[in-house]
Amino acid sequence: MLSTYGYPKFPYLQTEEQRTGVVRRHPVVVVGAGPVGLTAALDLARQGVPAVVLDEDDTVSVGSRAVCYAKRALEVWDRLGCARRMIDKGVVWNVGRVFHRNDQVYQFDLLPEPDHKIPAFINLQQYYLEEHLVAEARKTGLVDLRWKSRVVSLDQRDGHATLGVETPDGVHTLEADWVIACDGARSPLRKMLGLEFVGQVFQDRFLIADVVMKADFPAERWFWFDAPFHPGQSALLHRQADNVWRIDFQLGRDADPEEAKKPENVVPRLKAMLGADTAFELEWVSVYTFQCRRLERFRHGRVLFAGDSAHQVSPFGARGANSGVPDADNLVWKLKLVMDGVAPDRLLDSYSEERVAAARENLLNSTRSTDFITPKSAVSRLFRDAVLDLAGEHPFARSLVNSGRLSTPTTYAGSALNTPDTGSFAGRMVPGAPATDAPVEENGQPGWLMDRLGGRFVALYHAGADPVPAETAARLDALARGRIPFAWFAVTDRRREARPNELVDVNGRFRERYDATPGSLYLIRPDQHVAGRWRHVDAAALAEALNRAIGR
Amino acid sequence: MPTLATENRLPSPDDFYEALIDTHRDLTAEQSGMVNAKLILLLANHIGDMDVLREALSHARKGV
Repeated sequence: MLSTYGYPKFPYLQTEEQRTGVVRRHPVVVVGAGPVGLTAALDLARQGVPAVVLDEDDTVSVGSRAVCYAKRALEVWDRLGCARRMIDKGVVWNVGRVFHRNDQVYQFDLLPEPDHKIPAFINLQQYYLEEHLVAEARKTGLVDLRWKSRVVSLDQRDGHATLGVETPDGVHTLEADWVIACDGARSPLRKMLGLEFVGQVFQDRFLIADVVMKADFPAERWFWFDAPFHPGQSALLHRQADNVWRIDFQLGRDADPEEAKKPENVVPRLKAMLGADTAFELEWVSVYTFQCRRLERFRHGRVLFAGDSAHQVSPFGARGANSGVPDADNLVWKLKLVMDGVAPDRLLDSYSEERVAAARENLLNSTRSTDFITPKSAVSRLFRDAVLDLAGEHPFARSLVNSGRLSTPTTYAGSALNTPDTGSFAGRMVPGAPATDAPVEENGQPGWLMDRLGGRFVALYHAGADPVPAETAARLDALARGRIPFAWFAVTDRRREARPNELVDVNGRFRERYDATPGSLYLIRPDQHVAGRWRHVDAAALAEALNRAIGR
Repeated sequence: MPTLATENRLPSPDDFYEALIDTHRDLTAEQSGMVNAKLILLLANHIGDMDVLREALSHARKGV
């Protein structure tokens, strides 16, 4: 049992379907109440779609699992109205340091730019995160959380899925128009569909130790190659909430996990690291290995895989939960438009295409980090050590040091939903890129651009110092009356007309980050990714881009 | 006089590093040593500047 946290026990309640034996058809059933499943359910609720969430357990994530949540995942939760409490409870950090033996070889700052609402990273124990998401999901009144409910069968026919669900009262049947499978790395649903989960298995074992201590280490990510207190192996230190510190020790391939976990073996390791005088209390110990693999496609008929059930990465780079949450972000708006008959069914294929591309990127990065941290051959180890040796003095070698390339959002560069550029733009806001933030003022109130994006399509018209031409406003207003959820804002250099949809670019960050000139227009998707941009508004081109972005 | 560039010049350092390690895949230690020797000779010839090479040689030897 942990000394800093008591696990909640969520009640199992018999449902009406179980009592009456009448099989009900639900619009969406989410399998798995982890961070990804809960995010999907919450996003659906925000769109007005009720969701049944099935989870085989009756509490939150047990032990020390996900720790680091990146800016993009936090932005998704902020869009859903629940990031603030996570950020307040978590430990905000931007700086990472990499050590080789006793020397610092490298240091990085993940958010060197000012003027973003959301920090680069927070550390927070997964149980806090899940408990908060459960509370938020409950508040919506639209999320039907069913604990002690394990899916034991899955069948798809006649345009719906049938699920067999085992509870303390036996097995009953549910029907669903759509199933979102967020049932984790060992996904039973994936096995029920007989899907291959192909990739690389790594042999190295790692030990996780969570300790409670009052220490002076700053809130930074510290990584050691060939740690002085753990010779020949790597170690990682992160600070979490409640003065709980997470330490990962590389154990090598031959370690005996049961032996390694024993306190008499863990405590000396920790004393060597933290110093003999540092008082600490051991909160959690476990040993893990990991795999890098994914499904070939994330959509299988009416079953959509998201999170670890679809792709599993090594822990270096914090790319697990941080890529699962954007899966939900990418999926839910598409599902809603398809359910409403606004978008064609093939829009859901783009979910698989875009998120498979993201998974590829995450797998590539996490595999490379793993190969650097745990070299597989003598020559690989030799190059690794040579890089570390040179890194103290030579900047180029620092670029090669790979202690985990930390999670960054994927730009859907090749997506069929994008409208290719016709004008020329500088900077990172290319079609498919996640929108970046900027401070804006709305009706005299300071706020953030990201708060105005998401949940629907948004056009940002850069008016600069000029008023919005009446014809442009009329055309954008006409689009806002269409079936595709759409709103538009005028971004201006200074406060002019105090129109309700005017955003003042208070310090020019929008202009700078979006390379905007008067007349430029950006179309942003409901998941806050850029769909297209133009130097001058062409209402026909914008309407076409909107259609393209929903797969029409 | 040109000097050894030690700022990063690789557009994607991770791409290069992966390719480097892949080149050694499934080789014995002796074969890897041979690959490394040939690689150094090829790159030295490409650099073609004795001052730069002397500087690199001295940095490489340092601390070993």
